[in-house]
Amino acid sequence: MRVLPGNTLLRHLLIAAAGGAALWALTYQLELYRDYQLATAAAYLCATAGLTVLTGLNGQLSLGHGALMAVGAYTVALSQDKWGILSLSLALGVLAALAAGLVIGLAAARLRGPYLAGVTLAVAVAVPAVTTTWSSVFNSDQGLPVALDPPPGTLALEQWQAWLAVGCALGVLVLLANLTRSRFGRDFRAVRDDETAARLAGIDVARTQVLAFVVSAAGAGLGGGLLAVLTQSVSPGAYALSLSLYLLMAVVVGGLGSLAGAVWGALLLVFLPDLTHQLTVGLALSPGAAQRVEGNLPLAVFGLTLVIVMIAAPGGLQGLLRKLVPFRTITPLPKSEERPVSDAQRT
Amino acid sequence: MRSARSGLAIALCTTLLAAVTAGCSGDGGGGGSKAPVPGVTDSEIVIGTHMPMTGPASAGYSKIAPASKAYFDYVNANGGVYGRKITYKIMDDAYNPANTQNVVRQLVLQDKVFAVLNGLGTPTHTGVLDFLKTNKVPDLFVASGSLSWNQPDKYPDTFGFQPDYTVEGKILANYVKANMAGQKVCFLGQNDDFGRDSLAGVEKILGAGGLAAKDTYVVTNANVGPQIGKFAAAQCQVVILATVPGFTALSIGTAARLNFKPQFVVSNVGGDYSTVAGLLGAGKPLLEGTIGANYLPSVANAADPWTTLFTKVDKDYNGNAPMDGNVVYGMSVAYLFVQALLAAGKDLTREGLIAAVEKGGFTGPGLAPFRFSKADHSGYGGLRMVKTTGGVQDYFGPTYQTDDGDGAVTEYSGAAGTPPANGIPSA
Amino acid sequence: MERWLFLTTDGLSKGAVYAAFALAIVLIWRATRIVNFAQGAMAVAAVYVAYSVTAATGSYWLGFAAAVLSGLVLGAVVERVVMRFVEHAPPLNAVIVALGLVLLVQAVLGSIYGNEYRPVGTPVSRTGLSVGGVSLLSAYDLLVFGAVGLVVAGLALLFTRTPVGLRMRASAFAPEVSRLLGVNVAGMLTLGWALASAVGALAGLLVIPTELGLHPNAMDLVFVSSFTAAVVGGLDSPVGAVVGGLAVGLVLSYVAGYLSADVTPLAALVLLLAVLLVRPGGLFATTATRRV
Repeated sequence: MRVLPGNTLLRHLLIAAAGGAALWALTYQLELYRDYQLATAAAYLCATAGLTVLTGLNGQLSLGHGALMAVGAYTVALSQDKWGILSLSLALGVLAALAAGLVIGLAAARLRGPYLAGVTLAVAVAVPAVTTTWSSVFNSDQGLPVALDPPPGTLALEQWQAWLAVGCALGVLVLLANLTRSRFGRDFRAVRDDETAARLAGIDVARTQVLAFVVSAAGAGLGGGLLAVLTQSVSPGAYALSLSLYLLMAVVVGGLGSLAGAVWGALLLVFLPDLTHQLTVGLALSPGAAQRVEGNLPLAVFGLTLVIVMIAAPGGLQGLLRKLVPFRTITPLPKSEERPVSDAQRT
Repeated sequence: MRSARSGLAIALCTTLLAAVTAGCSGDGGGGGSKAPVPGVTDSEIVIGTHMPMTGPASAGYSKIAPASKAYFDYVNANGGVYGRKITYKIMDDAYNPANTQNVVRQLVLQDKVFAVLNGLGTPTHTGVLDFLKTNKVPDLFVASGSLSWNQPDKYPDTFGFQPDYTVEGKILANYVKANMAGQKVCFLGQNDDFGRDSLAGVEKILGAGGLAAKDTYVVTNANVGPQIGKFAAAQCQVVILATVPGFTALSIGTAARLNFKPQFVVSNVGGDYSTVAGLLGAGKPLLEGTIGANYLPSVANAADPWTTLFTKVDKDYNGNAPMDGNVVYGMSVAYLFVQALLAAGKDLTREGLIAAVEKGGFTGPGLAPFRFSKADHSGYGGLRMVKTTGGVQDYFGPTYQTDDGDGAVTEYSGAAGTPPANGIPSA
Repeated sequence: MERWLFLTTDGLSKGAVYAAFALAIVLIWRATRIVNFAQGAMAVAAVYVAYSVTAATGSYWLGFAAAVLSGLVLGAVVERVVMRFVEHAPPLNAVIVALGLVLLVQAVLGSIYGNEYRPVGTPVSRTGLSVGGVSLLSAYDLLVFGAVGLVVAGLALLFTRTPVGLRMRASAFAPEVSRLLGVNVAGMLTLGWALASAVGALAGLLVIPTELGLHPNAMDLVFVSSFTAAVVGGLDSPVGAVVGGLAVGLVLSYVAGYLSADVTPLAALVLLLAVLLVRPGGLFATTATRRV
């Protein structure tokens, strides 16, 4: 039962175009704040999709993707200040993150699970120190403004930002979806599942791992660059260790098995804090208790959600959804791809 | 296939998102007969702020916004401003600039606030300056002493509140120069604009080579042993601290541990006695004799009519939170905002509010005058020295004022205002 | 020389605590192959118990005992109630559960105690004993060294000289075989978590008075430093945790003292890279590492 064209690229492009059109129409319906949230989710999606490829497909754990986003964001800020051409700036942001990803990836190819986590964690922690040490360029804690031309015509800034971010995110999804279907994607999975077997099959394990890191870093760089454009500013505090940890939570809770999990993850990052906030605002508390509980309650709900989802649905939201809605009736799944990601990170 | 499935899932998510978010379209504020002003109706003014209410940076600061809110509630209970009640929306950003971006947009785009008041922090607030400017939202009395808030050409709607760090550095150094001549002076500052601007002020007075030693600390490393050890080795007699309260306590405690007993001179940001004493616990006698500066009513002075007023409001509307510098700060900001609203007149507009603040002339709890004018958006322009004696931090000597340039430090002869009988300013 | 001596003692007293905390991370990693990101939050919870008990009774040591005990209990509870369900799931799930626990524990502590830093007293003086005009170790530093030394020695004895220790090691390395041999593997895992959590609580008790004070986030940075230490030393090696902890403490102190506090996070990164590029499994790696 084939409802979509057989050519992979064409099929992905069609789906992306349909999704893009729906979202484009949606931006007219939404309040500006919701447009902004949509844009933020799309920016995060670039990063979570990249992280899903790295962690879910290739089995490498990164606690430093926030730092890679910062690389993209700072590059965009500096380039916008110098040349003011947005497309150029975003491209440079991706390139810079790509280069940073190559460096980290080369080191990462030698390291396993928690050791790689340790190094990438240290990278995430080092971001503020870098901006302070070279403060004439990065302006330490205060960061840099991102100069933007006003959007064309009478378009609201937030709506234009949503178009930009959603467009980029769909582009990233199409590219990554194709990559995962290509020889590289198979190599990624082979290395994740069994390094020795992969090596015997003639796959250059180290090169595959570096490649996965570079691809993933490019996604993070674009996501960071977009965030810089959305917020019109960059500062180290916005790309702290907590961002890296939240990105990881997002992809795992979303479901590491597929790019759809990355979509869930990005949506969670934006809407879960909002939702928990709404939830707690509804509670009427005395001033004294309110001061202590306000702010803490959303955190508690967020934390509890993570714990419960992980215990109740180890495959994340997408895994849960797959159980409830059997997609495989639409397109049958080859047996070899049935293998879950559960062995990622096994040492 | 896997990717087709993901593609379909994406499409599904999109639809779902559409369903979720489309239901959230709300309506704006508006009201009155003329063109509606965001956040203003005949009976209400909605304003908002961003503050660290959780996380490590929230210590102390999380008391500011509730105190402001308490004062607004007090004003509301007494009829509001021109019959309008003030609704103060407090958004937690946990001192993370990324969160600030989000909550400020929520305030402006969704909650349609009239103005943003007293947003706290330099790195956090710097990031939203452009957004607030684009949306022409009055950005009043930012809670930080950065020089960034005074750029009327670039950010015409942004105003400071407290004395900037350079002004404070100059006044502290001026006192050191006059009263501790010939002593070795050292400086420890936070490695951001706070430490940098403060150091600039200190060196303007003491000269570029006037410090025997200077060093910085980072908030992510809670050990100042190496820095204080360096000062001890350099035999510093006076140590000026441009530190947040936690690191003030840590620095003073570390010095005691090393048997190093210089005269500490502490910035107002990190010098509130009850906050630092609370952090030191049993070590609070170490604060004896420390010198600092302040510009708002002293909590220790129960006879001060402002302290009396604020204590009463705190008791009735703030759950009787322990009085400290943060509570006084929050209420002073709220008092000033009410004054600005009154000055802007009955027909409240954003332009009117900005014009009223630029016109200036506010007298309230502060000891020094505001610098507000069309060309200057800085807040208070001076401070008065304080000293801790017998566990009480109180004022001594004259109030000083200066600018953030090369101007001299001069004595200010004006006195603080007295609160009106009902505790609410009048037009 | 004086400066060097000062920075060395300063670094070692910090490093001893990192060592103890890294040891807690290593204990859990060896037992369950989980990096317990909630270690810091759990330790803070135990120290809050100490704070409340000390405030109620006036005795530092009662609070101390209560904290170590509640550390034990908390570790066992977390393992039984939460971690048990993800021990056989993909390892990343355990990381996410731990991160969720961090948020939950910190939020609960924040709601109960507020987000203010609270001072924590020490049983002995922290004023350094002066030697030739240079202030060196304090009585408290000696207490820290003594306590950490006792824990290291005690754990070494437990694992090498007692039947329980042997069973714990067996359960960790060969759970199936151990089960067949009649070892209560599940019980051993719980015991491992409880012990590690108690060691973490002890480290928290020792380090919090020397930093900014008691706060729900008080151990965040200690966790980062200690995790770095554990990785440097090699996650499978208790000796490595101790050596790594002392190394991280010294490096941070030297860098802050001789260069600038600004670059201490960069120094930690450089240390990690330098060690791991030469020895990808840490200084004291025992298992075969990935060959490329």
